[in-house]
Amino acid sequence: MPAKYMIHTRAAPNRFKAPTKSGIIAWWEGCLGCLHCVKKQCVYGVYGSRDLDVRQMIDSIDNQCMGCLRCVQGCPRELIHKSMNPEYEALGDSHWTPEIISSLWYQAETGKIPVSGGGYPGPFSGPGFDSMWTDMSEIVRPTRDGIHGREYISTGIDMGGTSGHLSFSNSGDLQDNLPFGLDIPLPIILRVPSFGSLSGDTIKGWALAAKELGTFLALPVDMITGELVSFRESLIPIMSPIQPHSGDGLEGVRLVEVPWGENWKEIVKRIKESHPSALISCRVPLVRGMVEKIMSLVDSDVSILYLEGTASGRAIDDNSIFIKDGIRQTHLALVERGIRDEVTLLAGGGIAMAEHAAKAIICGADGVVIDFAILIALECRMCRRCTKGLPCPVEIDRAEQSWVGSRITNLLGAWHNQLLEVMGAMGIRDVRRLRGETGRAMFFEDLDRSTFGSLSEVQKGYELE
Amino acid sequence: MVTVPSRFRNPIGKYRLHRTDECLGCGKCVAICPHGVHVKIGHVMTKNHYRCVGPDCPNPCYKTCPAGALSLKRNPTFDTLGDLRWTPDLLVSTWCMAETGDVPPGGLEYRIGESVGGFDRLRLVLPPSHRNESAPPDEEVDVGIELNRRDDTSHRVRIEVPFYGAGMSYGSISIMAMLSRVRAAAALGTFCCTGEGGYPDELKPYDDHVITQVATGLFGVREETIQRVSIVEFKYAQGAKPGLGGHLLGDKVTPAVAHMREAVVGYPLFSPFPFHSVYSVEDHKKHIDWIKAINPTAVISVKVSTPTDVDMVAVGSYYAGAHIIHLDGSYGGTGAAPDIAKKNIAMPIEYAVPMVHRFLQEEGVREKMTVIASGGIRTPHDVAKIIALGADGVCTGTAELVALECVRCHNCESGRGCARGIATTDPELTRLIDLDWGTQRIINLFSAWKKELVRIVGRLGMKSVTELVGRTDCLVHLDYMKSKRGHRG
Repeated sequence: MPAKYMIHTRAAPNRFKAPTKSGIIAWWEGCLGCLHCVKKQCVYGVYGSRDLDVRQMIDSIDNQCMGCLRCVQGCPRELIHKSMNPEYEALGDSHWTPEIISSLWYQAETGKIPVSGGGYPGPFSGPGFDSMWTDMSEIVRPTRDGIHGREYISTGIDMGGTSGHLSFSNSGDLQDNLPFGLDIPLPIILRVPSFGSLSGDTIKGWALAAKELGTFLALPVDMITGELVSFRESLIPIMSPIQPHSGDGLEGVRLVEVPWGENWKEIVKRIKESHPSALISCRVPLVRGMVEKIMSLVDSDVSILYLEGTASGRAIDDNSIFIKDGIRQTHLALVERGIRDEVTLLAGGGIAMAEHAAKAIICGADGVVIDFAILIALECRMCRRCTKGLPCPVEIDRAEQSWVGSRITNLLGAWHNQLLEVMGAMGIRDVRRLRGETGRAMFFEDLDRSTFGSLSEVQKGYELE
Repeated sequence: MVTVPSRFRNPIGKYRLHRTDECLGCGKCVAICPHGVHVKIGHVMTKNHYRCVGPDCPNPCYKTCPAGALSLKRNPTFDTLGDLRWTPDLLVSTWCMAETGDVPPGGLEYRIGESVGGFDRLRLVLPPSHRNESAPPDEEVDVGIELNRRDDTSHRVRIEVPFYGAGMSYGSISIMAMLSRVRAAAALGTFCCTGEGGYPDELKPYDDHVITQVATGLFGVREETIQRVSIVEFKYAQGAKPGLGGHLLGDKVTPAVAHMREAVVGYPLFSPFPFHSVYSVEDHKKHIDWIKAINPTAVISVKVSTPTDVDMVAVGSYYAGAHIIHLDGSYGGTGAAPDIAKKNIAMPIEYAVPMVHRFLQEEGVREKMTVIASGGIRTPHDVAKIIALGADGVCTGTAELVALECVRCHNCESGRGCARGIATTDPELTRLIDLDWGTQRIINLFSAWKKELVRIVGRLGMKSVTELVGRTDCLVHLDYMKSKRGHRG
């Protein structure tokens, strides 16, 4: 068996105290100074190790409190209360929710899968990926010694297309040039996000992680300077649509991204001439009618399609279209034309949780591209102050590259393990077999109406309870 | 009914009443409050904030106080409780039921949560209350169900309420929590499952109300434990982590737990997935035959999760000889599980039950099989709704933990385990629960549920809860409702 793909995580502590969902309010006035004060009885010893972070003005009890409420319920003068933390509630937006952001911080810090007791606490369903569930099997297991056993579940994917058939001459010689392809051990590619308080160290840290993980980091071609040049094999230069790059300085690059636009054919042609061995990926924005655009690309030298939604995973021109729907449409169109294996389909924009990767693949993508997730892994609060020229509250630009690298490795280590969990439950041991397997998912739009659609009648005068 | 207040000094309620120095001590608030929020012990004070029903009060103290010394505020701590499925309202109303044995007198939503789908968008459709002559009196309404509906030689088991306690293992919860559940089940005329962690001797006096579980780790399963009970449950999967095994952290494997599970102290225990001896319905039948060889009159329950083919699994279990198909939906669960599994893997119980009900009907075996639903049943209204969708009854787990004052902090696995003494084996924390207190809290909660179910079944003009099975005409889903006018509720 080939060597098993392992991601080695190592703790990379937060540099700033993370806002927590609720905080403690403890009054001193009226305190009886009980010998057996409820604060001394704290199971987690939170009050005993209390300190104040002067830089952020945060009391450590808020961050360490586990919310058991025993002190609140035990104080004889009712001097301790809890209340929601407005700073936490204000994190992010409706897509990058406070729950998602704090879960990403936890994973980047520890490299561990988020685990909790007491059932699922969230909404019944929701928009986009929240409107699907993944399947499981009662009796099938994918490997003989567990999902982390010696026999492993593969998360590797192929990049670049394969031909649907081989042609031979009359003498039996192979007539085609076999397509050039790459494989990556994880169906996830990193991408420099469209905003963020970034420094050279940030980019180098991300490149370091991409190299260590065996995947790629996509970044604007003009960012590849200095030390970054040595990471070329793990980088995807993104060509600019406005200033067509001559193709210089791309030696050793294995993959190049060009944007969809007026002159994409010209750029592709130039790259193909100067770097015949590089795979070309074309970025297509998720918009209405993008399937036609995609179909015009597949006959060209482009072998990778990167379908990109907005930061919240929606179409640029229609808020009701989700990246999930775009992937399904594109995948099916490619299948119908019988050319699905001739291209690799990547999807990105709004990929915020490990489950999004699994679900995007079930919908028909080969892999996903993550951008803001790798920024949030560096403690970003999605406050967007940097877009207004204000300083970053968590000083991302001052983080060291090794810490950046560890945070990303941890995040993807946790995501990799979560992929194994869902694939294990489904009884699938190769992520390439998960692609387009919508039979391994359940969709809200199918299930809800068929189950409840007929429950619509209420006779006059009847009461609802 | 015995009133069983919170074991903590300061119970948490939705409201707080603030009393200023202007209070004259006249005692009018004490006299007018029907809920005993204010007391006069020497001077007048607000002792039981948590009982205040807030704006639902018809004659509020804070409006009638002659000195204007009282004002009503929402309790900020209340809003930090719970989540969308178990809202602060549901938690506090469950505590209220566990204390009093009745549904809350007002101020709290005790019927639905805020998950915006499934149970929380379904409503019971009840005939107009003013012309409800057909409604039988409460004492004639039967909410009990039969668990063995096959015409075979196994025990005829009837439970007096359409629910029993789901499996929670010794080790995952404390012996006090476990005993409280079992003793309450005995008092209510129903059952409680041991889960997969052995069958502690302390449970012996209640053998007639215990279901023992055989799961993939086979922890604590012996001939003797199988023979002691009238119902044996096979756990193939569980809703919170379908397709994944169970995992008890090393810290929780105390000497007592290790002895019970025949394992080594301090080492984590994995209950693997799946049963390594079952790959088909035929293999499954072999399992059931083993149990029947050891305990020929045992009623067999099969607990499965809710994948797309759950209907086939249910029919397969029937042909293998099972009496009960127990469907555990994806949103429930009490123990620790990966968040990705809890949220995503397998479907919510509200979809699985109608699917299985219909498929068993089409197969002509629905009348022979008992369908039990679990995984997110929080209220008596959830029970009525899932029965109307096609289940015979339900299993409960989280509701009992909430009755024991679980606050759903989701930290069952941290450090020494549950800080509130429920899901822990830490000797000091275990002592936080008194056995009689715990037992009566659960009895009270389920007595309140039973009364609600009797009222609902009666309102529907039915004499037995069995008439409600599959009656989807008694339900409406707000997202698909045609006319949105002229209805209350």
